[in-house]
Amino acid sequence: MRFSEYRTESFYDEMFEDDGTPRPHVRLLVDTIESLSDGHLLRYQRAAERLLLQMGITFNVYGDSAGTERIFPFDLIPRIIGAPEWDLIERGLVQRIHALNAFIDDIYHEQKILKDGVIPADVVLSAVSYRKQCHGLNPPWRVWCHVTGTDLVRDRDGRFYVLEDNLRVPSGVSYVLENREVLKRIFPAVFEGLSVRPVNEYPSRLLEMLESLALGEQNPRVVLLTPGIYNSAYFEHSFLAQQMGVQLVEGRDLVVSGGDVFMRTTKGLERVHVIYRRVDDDFMDPDVFRADSMLGVPGLMAAYRAGRVALANAPGNGVADDKVIYAYVPDMIRYYDGEDAILPNVPTYLCWRDADRKYVLEHLAELVVKSANESGGYGMLVGPHSTRAVQEEFALRIQANPRNYIAQPTLALSRAPTIVDDHFEGRHVDLRPYVLCGKEISVLPGGLTRVAMKKGSLVVNSSQGGGSKDTWVLASGGHS
Amino acid sequence: MIPPAQPLLSRVADALYWMARYIERAENVARFLDVNHNLMLDLPGVFSSQWQPIINTTGDRALFAERYGEANQQSAVQFLAFDAEYPNSIYSCILAARENARSVRETISSEMWQQINSLYLMITEEARKAAPESLPEFCHSVRMGCHLFEGITHSTVSHNEAWHFISAGRRLERADKTTRVLDVKYFILLPSVADVGTPFDDVQWSALLKSVSGFEMYRKKYGRIVPDRIVEFLLLDGEFPRAVRYSIGQADEALHAITGTPRGGFSCASEQRIGLLRSELDFARVEAILGGGLHEFFDALQTKMNTIDECIANDFFAQRTEGARVWA
Repeated sequence: MRFSEYRTESFYDEMFEDDGTPRPHVRLLVDTIESLSDGHLLRYQRAAERLLLQMGITFNVYGDSAGTERIFPFDLIPRIIGAPEWDLIERGLVQRIHALNAFIDDIYHEQKILKDGVIPADVVLSAVSYRKQCHGLNPPWRVWCHVTGTDLVRDRDGRFYVLEDNLRVPSGVSYVLENREVLKRIFPAVFEGLSVRPVNEYPSRLLEMLESLALGEQNPRVVLLTPGIYNSAYFEHSFLAQQMGVQLVEGRDLVVSGGDVFMRTTKGLERVHVIYRRVDDDFMDPDVFRADSMLGVPGLMAAYRAGRVALANAPGNGVADDKVIYAYVPDMIRYYDGEDAILPNVPTYLCWRDADRKYVLEHLAELVVKSANESGGYGMLVGPHSTRAVQEEFALRIQANPRNYIAQPTLALSRAPTIVDDHFEGRHVDLRPYVLCGKEISVLPGGLTRVAMKKGSLVVNSSQGGGSKDTWVLASGGHS
Repeated sequence: MIPPAQPLLSRVADALYWMARYIERAENVARFLDVNHNLMLDLPGVFSSQWQPIINTTGDRALFAERYGEANQQSAVQFLAFDAEYPNSIYSCILAARENARSVRETISSEMWQQINSLYLMITEEARKAAPESLPEFCHSVRMGCHLFEGITHSTVSHNEAWHFISAGRRLERADKTTRVLDVKYFILLPSVADVGTPFDDVQWSALLKSVSGFEMYRKKYGRIVPDRIVEFLLLDGEFPRAVRYSIGQADEALHAITGTPRGGFSCASEQRIGLLRSELDFARVEAILGGGLHEFFDALQTKMNTIDECIANDFFAQRTEGARVWA
């Protein structure tokens, strides 16, 4: 397959300049792909898909009983990020996570940032994900966002913007690791020539970070708490547990006794020190949050509060994940660290502000409207791709609950060449790098490049038919 | 310093035990189907009713009658191989085995998971067809798929507590299946006194042995086909892997490995029950069993094995809080 027919059109393309020449750092990949004989690439693509199905690397689609498991569509052509660009992303993310963490800690203690009027108090205290039960908590190292998957996008100008901070229970990192395994088998020569930075140390880093939360414990026991096999990210939960060599537990496997947390084993109860929980706040402890939760562990929050068990991510951290509060992150960075944000936000209209709301309601056909607390591409309006009726429905929803809505200009997301039938077409992509935060903050060199597989679509979420690409970050000093 | 063994979650032990039981069950059903089909080819025309006995071995005769009525090749194959509503069909067993495996995917090896997943993909594809293109080939691929799973299990995970639960599940299921097939077939075959010693009789008894993959091993040991010797072989042999005594002995050893209790003693109800059964089989004589009534013996055996299964659930899988020992 060749790129001769490939057109970047008017978008920023991840692989090609506007005039159709490959960007310098992807030249080797382009040459390799073009040197493959006809049909080779398609055979590889099919082999990769078969492999994923056989390996059972699937996700569950809610509300779809016929085919509850699907493979996450996967495109063979990697997305490559050069060293200088990655350096900027990395510094930007470290700065951002640092400020977000300071913000959450502040909100659950003195609330200085509210008292100083940098962010309106009612915006924060009205956030659905604000948990008053978390007031005064001091998690180990005062860390609240242990694992973050920040969504970045490029606009037409080629610049990276932060689209969303996913602080609660971000998923997808398992696909980063599995995609890499598949590509290493398919393009070994390109890997040798390009010095791609490895991603496979992520499970070790994650385990180290989790173990570091068990203060003063010689041999801490870490477990991963999953909602169970029907959760859409179950594959990832079991994969990470397996890679870290820790137990995968469900709520019913844990019990709080005498203030400590134990798991039920064939030989009785065993103490647990750190829980990497992939269960939402609401479902974690029926004593404190939703009483009807079957997934949680009664008494867990009390044990956490008493410092008998560490939880990652920390309950309550979603307050900084609210899409309205997102708009204030650059202000947080300035407030806590006295710096300007390295990675800019996408300009955001907050519908609770009268002027913004007026503008949004007048320009629904051009904007992307999001509800403050939904994820997965739900509760979202993409103005230019919507009908009049849907716009009117959103107008009513915004007027009924302005606090809950934000709007952003529709970005011309960058595109990357993607295999469609037997040729390449440009598809819009985003980038979700993963950041670990313990005593220190570290960014996994790579991330999940999500692809909107539908022509022209801007929605990359897996629940909406999005796929993924492997993401290669080049080492500095390597070929470029 | 060697780190201490990781404790095993009760839920995980439960899932592993059942994963193994379901795989073993699927393999047995596939073998029964295959052998029966093969037998029909040797008895053209005469014995179309031979599909009923195989339904009877499942112990789910009433359910079959209600759903299908008469037993013929088509209905028996549909019921035993593909019926999604029948919990012991090959299809249901493999789905259940996979669901269990999926819930403990971090405990089993990736190779085990991939193999069980391949089996699943194969059976779901077959189930979409009206009938398998070739029944022998289908049965063969199920059997080989299950054998492969057993082999992969043996050589890709540590032989630790988790593995012993898998082993216990497989052995108990195997003992159960051999008991059932022997029980049903023995009484079908025995009344045909007129046929004793005829080639016809030989074919039938050989088929029984083949249905538990025991024909060749029996021949090596006993030579001639003699019903009482067949019972002795399948029930009391100490070396044949599908013999009831051998399987129970292996399950007993798995339980001792789990608890760490030395052989000849017990630390929980399941160990005590299985130890009793093991010694009974170790010191039994087939003449005494036949004299006391084989069917009665099988009934008692089934009851004992069910009790052992319940005791295992109670001793290891129950979600206890009160009275549970705390090993901090």
